[in-house]
Amino acid sequence: MKMSEMPNLAASSHLDIAKLIFGRLTWDAFPIHEPILVGTFAVVALGGLTVLGLITRYKLWGYLWREWFTSVDHKKIGVMYMVLGVVMLLRGFADALMMRAQQAVAFGANHGYLPPHHYDQIFTAHGTIMIFFVAMPLVVGLMNFVVPLQIGARDVAFPYLNNFSFWMTVGGAVTVMMSLFVGEFARTGWLAYPPLSNLAYSPDVGVDYYIWSLQIAGVGTLLSGVNLVATIIKMRAPGMSLMKMPVFTWTALCTNILIVATFPVLTAALALLAADRYLGMHFFTNALGGNPMMYVNLIWIWGHPEVYILILPAFGIYSEVVPTFAGKRLFGYTSMVYATMVITVASYLVWLHHFFTMGSGASVNGFFGITTMVISIPTGAKIFNWLFTMYRGRVRFEVPMLWTVGFMVTFVIGGMTGVLLAVPPADFVLHNSLFLVAHFHNVIIGGVVFGAFAGINYWFPKAFGFKLDPFWGKMSFWLWLVGFYFAFMPLYVLGLMGVTRRVSHFDDPSLQIWFVIAAFGAVLILGGIVSFLVQIAVSIMKREELRDVTGDPWNARTLEWSTSSPPPDYNFAFTPVVHSLDAWWDMKARGYQRPVEGFIPIHMPKNTGAGVILAGLATAAGVALIWYMWWLAAASLVALVAVAIAHSFNEDRDFHIPAEAVVEAEGARTELLRTAA
Amino acid sequence: MTAATNQIRLVGGRAGPEFHLTEEHHPENSTLLGFWIYLMSDCLIFACLFATYGVLGRNYAGGPTGAQVFELPMVAVNTALLLFSSITYGMAMVASQENKVRETLGWLAVTGLLGCGFLGLELKEFAHLIADGAGPQRSAFLSSFFTLVGTHGLHVTFGVIWLVTLMTQVARKGLTETTRRRLMCLSLFWHFLDVIWIGVFSFVYLMGVM
Amino acid sequence: MGVSRRNKVVCILETGQIVRLFKVALAAPLLFALAGCKMVVMDPAGDIAMQQRNLILLATGLMLLIIVPVIAATLFFAWKYRASNTEAAYDPDWHHSTKLELLIWSIPMAVIVVLGSVAWISSHTLDPYRPLSRIGPNRPVPAGMKPLEVDVVALDWKWLFIYPQLGVASVNELAAPVDRPISFRITASSVMNSFYIPALAGQIYAMPRMQTQLHAVINKPGVYDGLSANFSGSGFSDMRFKFKGMSQADFDSWVAGLRASPAHLTRADYAQLAKPSGDEPVRHYATVDPDLFTRIIGGCAAPGQACANDMPGMPDMTRASVDKTKICTPQRVALNTRRPAAAKAVRAE
Repeated sequence: MKMSEMPNLAASSHLDIAKLIFGRLTWDAFPIHEPILVGTFAVVALGGLTVLGLITRYKLWGYLWREWFTSVDHKKIGVMYMVLGVVMLLRGFADALMMRAQQAVAFGANHGYLPPHHYDQIFTAHGTIMIFFVAMPLVVGLMNFVVPLQIGARDVAFPYLNNFSFWMTVGGAVTVMMSLFVGEFARTGWLAYPPLSNLAYSPDVGVDYYIWSLQIAGVGTLLSGVNLVATIIKMRAPGMSLMKMPVFTWTALCTNILIVATFPVLTAALALLAADRYLGMHFFTNALGGNPMMYVNLIWIWGHPEVYILILPAFGIYSEVVPTFAGKRLFGYTSMVYATMVITVASYLVWLHHFFTMGSGASVNGFFGITTMVISIPTGAKIFNWLFTMYRGRVRFEVPMLWTVGFMVTFVIGGMTGVLLAVPPADFVLHNSLFLVAHFHNVIIGGVVFGAFAGINYWFPKAFGFKLDPFWGKMSFWLWLVGFYFAFMPLYVLGLMGVTRRVSHFDDPSLQIWFVIAAFGAVLILGGIVSFLVQIAVSIMKREELRDVTGDPWNARTLEWSTSSPPPDYNFAFTPVVHSLDAWWDMKARGYQRPVEGFIPIHMPKNTGAGVILAGLATAAGVALIWYMWWLAAASLVALVAVAIAHSFNEDRDFHIPAEAVVEAEGARTELLRTAA
Repeated sequence: MTAATNQIRLVGGRAGPEFHLTEEHHPENSTLLGFWIYLMSDCLIFACLFATYGVLGRNYAGGPTGAQVFELPMVAVNTALLLFSSITYGMAMVASQENKVRETLGWLAVTGLLGCGFLGLELKEFAHLIADGAGPQRSAFLSSFFTLVGTHGLHVTFGVIWLVTLMTQVARKGLTETTRRRLMCLSLFWHFLDVIWIGVFSFVYLMGVM
Repeated sequence: MGVSRRNKVVCILETGQIVRLFKVALAAPLLFALAGCKMVVMDPAGDIAMQQRNLILLATGLMLLIIVPVIAATLFFAWKYRASNTEAAYDPDWHHSTKLELLIWSIPMAVIVVLGSVAWISSHTLDPYRPLSRIGPNRPVPAGMKPLEVDVVALDWKWLFIYPQLGVASVNELAAPVDRPISFRITASSVMNSFYIPALAGQIYAMPRMQTQLHAVINKPGVYDGLSANFSGSGFSDMRFKFKGMSQADFDSWVAGLRASPAHLTRADYAQLAKPSGDEPVRHYATVDPDLFTRIIGGCAAPGQACANDMPGMPDMTRASVDKTKICTPQRVALNTRRPAAAKAVRAE
């Protein structure tokens, strides 16, 4: 910087140094004048400090760092994903409650307690957080935990990359959370359509928070997708041919293929938006030849497969839960697998149905309408398959099964309204309406969230060695189920009354009752979430009562139930050999004896802090870019490359668990099984 | 998979099917597959950039057109540099197969120099365009041009950094299993960039001046 | 005294509330029927929206044929095959039946074949770009009746309606005679909005530098809500207007009222109007700059802006089209010759 060129050198140089260091971050970015945010911040800060204090007091930092943060164990990473998803669910749901409260009161002269400036951030953050930082961590976490166990592997193909992917997702989540207290979040809706998201109409940091949090988390998701695809293709136990894979692994494979094939499109779309905002380019601007429609196309080419990325693993969970609790082999395994593949491929051919209303030709609309409907065929076949799995079964209504039946009833309603929305002229009147909002909550809550809860209740005993308390589990289920109907059926009605989404206040008082009912439903769902947290707490307290020493508390069918709960670091003392679908059921049926001798040393990957460090640097670079702290961005990126290079020189990445340690662990289990029996 | 199944040794010699291996299971190394999958995803990023260029590439907004700004001879030289670098990388791989460390390093160095030459020429072209008022902010055409070509250039830059890192590792540790695998990955990456460049050359430059 | 009176009031209030609550509870099953009269999407006033409503009913009915049995079967199987019911058959290895699988694939397929045909045909017959051939069931457009043309501009955050045939314009108020086709041309000044009058017809996006179209007709006189359906920024919630369906005589006097307005919409006035503002009152303009709409699409409406060389290419991924002769210099047209190719590339993508 040439100082001599500056007028009024003394005054401006001081300012400019601050600007040089902090970019556009000033004291104004801290919302000290917003009582709601200060209150929230106080609660979060207090809660955070308490947690940090307790960790320090009980000297857990070392333990957490060694055993969890730096862990490359897919099971621990899976659990950490789940924790992240649940924590972010609280944030995303707080946003939902605020919106419901606002819409329930803001009628006529009363504009509610949230001015548009806040309200617009809240619905944007709600959508972004729920999809990227709740639904994604929950399904990725479950896949991470379950898939290697189901295919009889010791870990994923790239354990270190797995750790890095997780921390990138955390980095994105931290960035989003930061926007609550430093600066603000986007006010554009969760897909940030330009031109609204261009610098001209959103000059503040909100959209930049959006871009960089999603870019950082997106890299993590993409790498995690690469990892799991390679894992499933290369690391299956001997004998497990593709058509002997459990359905959950199948859906995980298809989901991760979708991730690998769509997240780059998101990366590209956001990068181009960033180029417009940071480098003054003209991809999506109104001026000099930009074309916002290009963004809309790109974002939905990612966005539509994304909903299948979320729902396919949920379908997989239901496909594990139903046979287990019906005590019966899954009906129509082959057609289940083909249905999954058809959905995977077809999910690419439907993106335009998100903008039938943007003036595409009648034939284009007709084509995409039909492709969309076609997806309902394999989905329908799946529903029938679960139905006929229950037929002539012995259905035990444990909590996971409750979620599954709740899903089957709820999801078909969402599927029906979805097919309705796929008829282009019907979409013209329902697009952007609360009917649409009700539809996608119907499939995402009724499909993905119910699936995640089914999965959590199903696999929790595998992860921790004790079941979740069934009373609070049922409580959580019923509150969620009833709350869902109260919260979203009114929105279907409101949509048919011509009410559109993202509106912060209304004139017509006859609408209010419906919004009040919806708000009541949201409160019930809150009860469901609280019950879930209570369920966890109660289960931990009653863990001895709920303990399962067999490793197979549900009399289940797939390989993960053949090892102990929680599984040892190495998952299986000996790699299983698979002879049929439902390998563990087959083993049990044929009198499998657990090996008690002949143990060998096991080759395992070592923990590493590189993932935390790299993701931390990436997050620092993202935050620096948001605030225009160019020096910090440059420094972080250089450091990122340097650490990556340095890490590549470290070849001390694995070790052997000595045979004696395996003998000890397996011997303890033998003892435990004997005393239990 | 089949090889692994054949290696199953039965425990205790009991009759009936056996349910576990008695030795360490060694699944095939997944690195090349994983890297290949990553490359395909990277390929999709380029596909998006190509598509964007396809849509916006004629939106000159009254500014210069491709025919006015592209200097084909220079681009031809550039293309030649990159294509040659692929051949020299191939030579490095051949040398590494024959366990010739110094020869491998030599070919890698040539590859890196050719890559740097490519980057130098590209930067020169960019500087020229910006100086002429045909920077990426001038029109949607130029935005998409700079982004597509620049993203490729960024990849080459990372390729060169990676190449230097690998050369250091080969020099230090020799041609171990790890360094060979990494050489293989970089090889895939480098050839991939070549293929992308051929797309850029024909789709952007040749069609641009036509 | 005061206290007891207040108590009484409270009591009355509470009784009233309880009665109301009770009514709501009693009516809950009937609410759908009761609310039906207010469900504008289910009870519209224009022929296009009516056909769209019929389509919703048809599609829903078709799907209920399959949805209702599935839900019933789910609940029935869950109940019948509960573990405690040892009477029920138990067949743990039954997992395949070719006939049944053919059936479970072909039932949804049959529904989708029907629905898909409906979707294909209706996307064409109800294409918003297609000029109307009827104004109601069995009521073809009378011979010689020309549609009323309206140019719609979504501004931050209000609506501008230009009547090119009449030379007048209005803000946040739209009127049209009943039973006369209306031909909308739609654009936006800055960001994306969606032009939606639920009683009249389905929505279509209003997008800057692009033009979309909508053809519709209103069949009943009345005042209807119009709004932006796509979020467009902080003033979005107030971006509403009234759409008035009128008899021809009322419409004529409404237009006369516009003509009597002292305000004129010049390019300078437009530049002023286009500045972001919310909750705007209704405005009427006696005259309007004849080139204004095409200039808005061209991004050169403000005074002193030229639509010549610095015109960006107008992206054409929707069938957004502009009368090039009006706003484009010959040079511009030359640059535009490649546009269809580019548009195709995206469509094919």
